[in-house]
Amino acid sequence: MKTGKLTVMALTTALAMILSFIESQIPAFVAVPGVKVGLANIAVVFALYKLGWKEAVAVSLVRVVLVSMLFGSLASMFYSLAGAALSLIGMGLLKKSGKFTEIVVSVAGGILHNIGQIAMACLILETDVLRYYLPFLLLSGTVAGVVIGVISAIMVKRIHIAE
Amino acid sequence: MEKTEKKKYTRDLILVGIVLLAALLLFFMVRNNQEKATGTGAEAVVTVDGLEIGRYPLKTNGTFPLNGGSNILVVENGEAWVSEANCPDKVCMGMGKISRNGEFIACLPNRLIVVVEGGEQNALVDGMT
Repeated sequence: MKTGKLTVMALTTALAMILSFIESQIPAFVAVPGVKVGLANIAVVFALYKLGWKEAVAVSLVRVVLVSMLFGSLASMFYSLAGAALSLIGMGLLKKSGKFTEIVVSVAGGILHNIGQIAMACLILETDVLRYYLPFLLLSGTVAGVVIGVISAIMVKRIHIAE
Repeated sequence: MEKTEKKKYTRDLILVGIVLLAALLLFFMVRNNQEKATGTGAEAVVTVDGLEIGRYPLKTNGTFPLNGGSNILVVENGEAWVSEANCPDKVCMGMGKISRNGEFIACLPNRLIVVVEGGEQNALVDGMT
Protein backbone atom coordinates (compact mmCIF):
# COMPACT_ATOMS: atom_id res chain seq x y z
CA MET A 1 0.00 0.00 0.00
CA LYS A 2 1.27 3.42 -0.87
CA THR A 3 2.27 5.62 2.03
CA GLY A 4 0.21 8.47 0.63
CA LYS A 5 -2.97 6.41 0.63
CA LEU A 6 -2.29 5.11 4.12
CA THR A 7 -1.85 8.65 5.36
CA VAL A 8 -5.11 9.81 3.79
CA MET A 9 -6.88 6.81 5.35
CA ALA A 10 -5.45 7.67 8.76
CA LEU A 11 -6.53 11.29 8.37
CA THR A 12 -10.02 10.25 7.28
CA THR A 13 -10.31 7.90 10.28
CA ALA A 14 -9.22 10.71 12.60
CA LEU A 15 -11.83 12.97 11.01
CA ALA A 16 -14.51 10.29 11.50
CA MET A 17 -13.55 9.97 15.18
CA ILE A 18 -13.68 13.71 15.76
CA LEU A 19 -17.08 13.88 14.07
CA SER A 20 -18.34 11.03 16.26
CA PHE A 21 -17.12 12.85 19.34
CA ILE A 22 -18.73 16.14 18.30
CA GLU A 23 -21.99 14.36 17.69
CA SER A 24 -21.91 12.67 21.08
CA GLN A 25 -21.60 16.12 22.65
CA ILE A 26 -24.86 17.34 21.13
CA PRO A 27 -27.49 16.29 23.67
CA ALA A 28 -30.54 17.06 21.50
CA PHE A 29 -29.72 14.20 19.18
CA VAL A 30 -29.46 11.49 21.78
CA ALA A 31 -32.92 12.07 23.24
CA VAL A 32 -34.29 9.24 21.14
CA PRO A 33 -31.85 6.37 20.66
CA GLY A 34 -30.90 5.57 17.11
CA VAL A 35 -31.99 8.98 15.87
CA LYS A 36 -28.82 10.81 15.01
CA VAL A 37 -27.19 12.87 12.32
CA GLY A 38 -24.41 10.41 11.61
CA LEU A 39 -21.74 13.06 11.09
CA ALA A 40 -19.04 10.38 10.94
CA ASN A 41 -20.62 9.08 7.76
CA ILE A 42 -19.24 12.15 5.96
CA ALA A 43 -15.77 10.68 6.39
CA VAL A 44 -16.88 7.20 5.37
CA VAL A 45 -18.64 8.40 2.21
CA PHE A 46 -15.59 10.50 1.40
CA ALA A 47 -13.34 7.45 1.80
CA LEU A 48 -15.71 5.36 -0.32
CA TYR A 49 -15.51 7.78 -3.25
CA LYS A 50 -11.91 8.89 -2.96
CA LEU A 51 -10.13 5.76 -1.76
CA GLY A 52 -12.37 2.78 -2.51
CA TRP A 53 -14.67 0.33 -0.78
CA LYS A 54 -12.07 -1.66 1.13
CA GLU A 55 -10.51 1.52 2.41
CA ALA A 56 -13.92 2.84 3.51
CA VAL A 57 -14.52 -0.44 5.37
CA ALA A 58 -11.20 -0.03 7.16
CA VAL A 59 -11.89 3.61 8.07
CA SER A 60 -15.37 2.80 9.34
CA LEU A 61 -14.44 -0.28 11.39
CA VAL A 62 -11.38 1.32 12.98
CA ARG A 63 -13.47 4.34 13.84
CA VAL A 64 -16.24 2.24 15.45
CA VAL A 65 -13.81 0.21 17.56
CA LEU A 66 -11.77 3.21 18.70
CA VAL A 67 -14.76 5.44 19.43
CA SER A 68 -16.49 2.66 21.40
CA MET A 69 -13.32 2.10 23.42
CA LEU A 70 -12.84 5.82 24.08
CA PHE A 71 -16.36 7.09 24.69
CA GLY A 72 -18.68 4.09 24.66
CA SER A 73 -18.96 0.59 25.99
CA LEU A 74 -18.54 -2.95 24.76
CA ALA A 75 -22.28 -3.18 24.18
CA SER A 76 -22.33 -0.02 22.10
CA MET A 77 -19.49 -1.45 20.02
CA PHE A 78 -21.56 -4.49 19.02
CA TYR A 79 -24.51 -2.32 18.04
CA SER A 80 -22.31 0.00 16.03
CA LEU A 81 -20.39 -2.79 14.31
CA ALA A 82 -23.61 -4.40 13.11
CA GLY A 83 -24.80 -1.03 11.83
CA ALA A 84 -21.51 -0.18 10.19
CA ALA A 85 -21.26 -3.56 8.43
CA LEU A 86 -24.75 -3.35 6.97
CA SER A 87 -24.26 0.27 6.01
CA LEU A 88 -20.94 -0.41 4.25
CA ILE A 89 -22.42 -3.25 2.19
CA GLY A 90 -25.40 -1.13 1.15
CA MET A 91 -23.34 1.94 0.29
CA GLY A 92 -20.80 -0.13 -1.62
CA LEU A 93 -23.46 -1.76 -3.78
CA LEU A 94 -25.30 1.49 -4.49
CA LYS A 95 -22.11 3.29 -5.41
CA LYS A 96 -21.05 0.42 -7.66
CA SER A 97 -24.36 0.56 -9.52
CA GLY A 98 -23.31 4.03 -10.64
CA LYS A 99 -26.93 5.11 -10.89
CA PHE A 100 -27.04 7.41 -7.91
CA THR A 101 -25.16 10.33 -6.40
CA GLU A 102 -23.54 10.59 -2.98
CA ILE A 103 -26.89 11.66 -1.57
CA VAL A 104 -28.65 8.31 -1.99
CA VAL A 105 -25.49 6.45 -0.99
CA SER A 106 -25.39 8.46 2.23
CA VAL A 107 -29.13 8.06 2.90
CA ALA A 108 -28.81 4.28 2.46
CA GLY A 109 -25.77 4.29 4.73
CA GLY A 110 -27.61 6.17 7.47
CA ILE A 111 -30.75 4.06 7.33
CA LEU A 112 -28.91 0.74 7.14
CA HIS A 113 -26.69 1.74 10.06
CA ASN A 114 -29.81 2.34 12.14
CA ILE A 115 -31.44 -0.90 11.02
CA GLY A 116 -28.29 -2.89 11.77
CA GLN A 117 -28.10 -1.46 15.26
CA ILE A 118 -31.75 -2.17 15.96
CA ALA A 119 -31.46 -5.71 14.61
CA MET A 120 -28.46 -6.33 16.84
CA ALA A 121 -30.30 -4.88 19.83
CA CYS A 122 -33.27 -7.17 19.12
CA LEU A 123 -30.90 -10.15 19.06
CA ILE A 124 -29.05 -9.22 22.24
CA LEU A 125 -32.15 -8.20 24.18
CA GLU A 126 -34.21 -11.08 22.76
CA THR A 127 -37.16 -8.89 22.00
CA ASP A 128 -39.04 -7.65 18.98
CA VAL A 129 -40.67 -4.51 20.41
CA LEU A 130 -38.04 -2.47 18.66
CA ARG A 131 -39.82 -3.03 15.36
CA TYR A 132 -42.19 -0.22 16.35
CA TYR A 133 -39.20 1.99 16.03
CA LEU A 134 -38.50 1.39 12.37
CA PRO A 135 -40.62 4.23 10.90
CA PHE A 136 -38.87 6.79 13.09
CA LEU A 137 -35.50 5.50 12.04
CA LEU A 138 -36.45 5.51 8.35
CA LEU A 139 -37.64 9.12 8.61
CA SER A 140 -34.74 10.45 10.62
CA GLY A 141 -32.22 8.40 8.65
CA THR A 142 -33.46 9.81 5.36
CA VAL A 143 -33.47 13.43 6.45
CA ALA A 144 -30.05 13.19 8.10
CA GLY A 145 -28.72 11.15 5.17
CA VAL A 146 -29.64 13.84 2.64
CA VAL A 147 -27.80 16.50 4.65
CA ILE A 148 -24.74 14.30 5.13
CA GLY A 149 -24.86 13.30 1.46
CA VAL A 150 -24.83 16.91 0.27
CA ILE A 151 -21.85 17.71 2.51
CA SER A 152 -20.02 14.56 1.38
CA ALA A 153 -20.64 15.37 -2.29
CA ILE A 154 -19.09 18.80 -1.81
CA MET A 155 -16.07 17.26 -0.10
CA VAL A 156 -15.62 14.63 -2.79
CA LYS A 157 -15.77 17.34 -5.44
CA ARG A 158 -13.49 19.86 -3.78
CA ILE A 159 -10.80 17.81 -2.10
CA HIS A 160 -8.23 16.35 -4.44
CA ILE A 161 -5.89 13.66 -3.31
CA ALA A 162 -2.52 13.69 -5.04
CA GLU A 163 -1.53 10.31 -6.37
CA MET B 1 -21.34 14.25 -18.41
CA GLU B 2 -23.79 16.95 -17.46
CA LYS B 3 -26.70 14.81 -18.63
CA THR B 4 -25.78 11.67 -16.68
CA GLU B 5 -25.33 13.80 -13.56
CA LYS B 6 -28.83 15.18 -13.99
CA LYS B 7 -30.23 11.68 -14.47
CA LYS B 8 -28.52 10.59 -11.28
CA TYR B 9 -30.14 13.43 -9.34
CA THR B 10 -33.56 12.50 -10.72
CA ARG B 11 -33.07 8.90 -9.59
CA ASP B 12 -31.89 10.18 -6.22
CA LEU B 13 -35.02 12.24 -5.81
CA ILE B 14 -37.33 9.36 -6.74
CA LEU B 15 -35.64 6.91 -4.38
CA VAL B 16 -35.56 9.33 -1.45
CA GLY B 17 -39.23 10.10 -2.09
CA ILE B 18 -40.16 6.42 -2.04
CA VAL B 19 -38.30 5.84 1.24
CA LEU B 20 -39.96 8.86 2.86
CA LEU B 21 -43.42 7.68 1.73
CA ALA B 22 -42.75 4.17 3.03
CA ALA B 23 -41.64 5.63 6.36
CA LEU B 24 -44.77 7.77 6.67
CA LEU B 25 -46.99 4.83 5.76
CA LEU B 26 -45.31 2.60 8.32
CA PHE B 27 -45.53 5.35 10.91
CA PHE B 28 -49.30 5.68 10.54
CA MET B 29 -49.78 1.91 10.49
CA VAL B 30 -47.89 1.57 13.75
CA ARG B 31 -49.62 4.57 15.29
CA ASN B 32 -53.10 3.30 14.40
CA ASN B 33 -52.20 0.04 15.97
CA GLN B 34 -51.20 1.66 19.23
CA GLU B 35 -54.44 2.31 21.06
CA LYS B 36 -54.03 4.03 24.38
CA ALA B 37 -53.78 1.19 26.85
CA THR B 38 -56.42 2.27 29.32
CA GLY B 39 -57.98 -1.11 30.07
CA THR B 40 -57.59 -2.71 33.45
CA GLY B 41 -55.06 -5.07 31.92
CA ALA B 42 -52.68 -2.32 30.85
CA GLU B 43 -49.28 -2.81 32.38
CA ALA B 44 -45.67 -1.85 31.93
CA VAL B 45 -43.74 -5.07 31.40
CA VAL B 46 -40.07 -4.92 32.30
CA THR B 47 -37.55 -7.33 30.81
CA VAL B 48 -33.81 -7.66 31.25
CA ASP B 49 -31.93 -9.71 28.68
CA GLY B 50 -35.27 -10.91 27.35
CA LEU B 51 -36.34 -12.27 30.74
CA GLU B 52 -39.39 -10.72 32.36
CA ILE B 53 -38.56 -9.27 35.77
CA GLY B 54 -41.77 -7.47 36.58
CA ARG B 55 -45.19 -6.17 35.56
CA TYR B 56 -46.52 -2.85 36.82
CA PRO B 57 -50.20 -1.97 36.23
CA LEU B 58 -50.50 1.51 34.74
CA LYS B 59 -53.42 2.38 37.00
CA THR B 60 -51.34 1.93 40.15
CA ASN B 61 -49.21 5.01 40.80
CA GLY B 62 -45.80 4.45 42.30
CA THR B 63 -42.02 4.53 42.01
CA PHE B 64 -40.24 1.26 41.42
CA PRO B 65 -36.51 0.51 41.40
CA LEU B 66 -35.76 -1.95 38.60
CA ASN B 67 -32.99 -4.46 38.09
CA GLY B 68 -31.39 -3.94 41.47
CA GLY B 69 -31.80 -0.18 41.25
CA SER B 70 -30.06 0.36 37.91
CA ASN B 71 -33.15 2.17 36.64
CA ILE B 72 -36.11 3.73 38.43
CA LEU B 73 -39.56 3.36 36.89
CA VAL B 74 -42.31 5.83 37.69
CA VAL B 75 -45.98 5.06 37.02
CA GLU B 76 -48.44 7.92 37.29
CA ASN B 77 -51.86 8.61 35.79
CA GLY B 78 -51.69 5.75 33.35
CA GLU B 79 -48.23 6.65 32.08
CA ALA B 80 -44.86 5.10 32.78
CA TRP B 81 -41.39 6.55 32.44
CA VAL B 82 -37.84 6.04 33.62
CA SER B 83 -36.79 8.79 36.03
CA GLU B 84 -33.35 7.56 36.97
CA ALA B 85 -30.64 5.46 35.32
CA ASN B 86 -27.08 4.62 36.28
CA CYS B 87 -25.80 4.40 32.71
CA PRO B 88 -23.75 7.25 31.25
CA ASP B 89 -25.95 8.13 28.27
CA LYS B 90 -29.35 8.47 30.04
CA VAL B 91 -31.12 7.82 26.77
CA CYS B 92 -33.93 5.92 28.47
CA MET B 93 -34.71 8.95 30.64
CA GLY B 94 -35.08 11.02 27.51
CA MET B 95 -37.48 8.61 25.83
CA GLY B 96 -40.43 10.21 27.59
CA LYS B 97 -43.67 8.77 28.91
CA ILE B 98 -45.27 5.66 27.48
CA SER B 99 -48.92 4.74 27.66
CA ARG B 100 -49.85 3.14 24.34
CA ASN B 101 -49.74 -0.52 23.48
CA GLY B 102 -46.35 -1.45 22.14
CA GLU B 103 -44.67 1.78 23.19
CA PHE B 104 -41.43 1.07 24.93
CA ILE B 105 -38.43 2.49 26.72
CA ALA B 106 -35.11 0.79 26.13
CA CYS B 107 -31.96 1.09 28.19
CA LEU B 108 -29.43 -0.71 26.04
CA PRO B 109 -26.44 -0.45 28.43
CA ASN B 110 -28.46 -2.19 31.16
CA ARG B 111 -30.20 -4.44 28.61
CA LEU B 112 -33.50 -3.34 30.03
CA ILE B 113 -36.74 -2.80 28.16
CA VAL B 114 -40.05 -1.47 29.43
CA VAL B 115 -42.98 -2.10 27.11
CA VAL B 116 -46.68 -1.32 27.51
CA GLU B 117 -49.02 -4.24 27.09
CA GLY B 118 -52.71 -3.63 27.14
CA GLY B 119 -54.41 -6.82 28.19
CA GLU B 120 -57.37 -7.32 25.85
CA GLN B 121 -55.88 -5.23 23.04
CA ASN B 122 -52.82 -7.39 22.90
CA ALA B 123 -54.42 -9.90 20.56
CA LEU B 124 -55.03 -7.16 18.00
CA VAL B 125 -51.43 -5.99 18.01
CA ASP B 126 -50.06 -9.47 17.70
CA GLY B 127 -52.58 -10.32 14.99
CA MET B 128 -51.45 -7.40 12.89
CA THR B 129 -47.72 -7.92 13.10
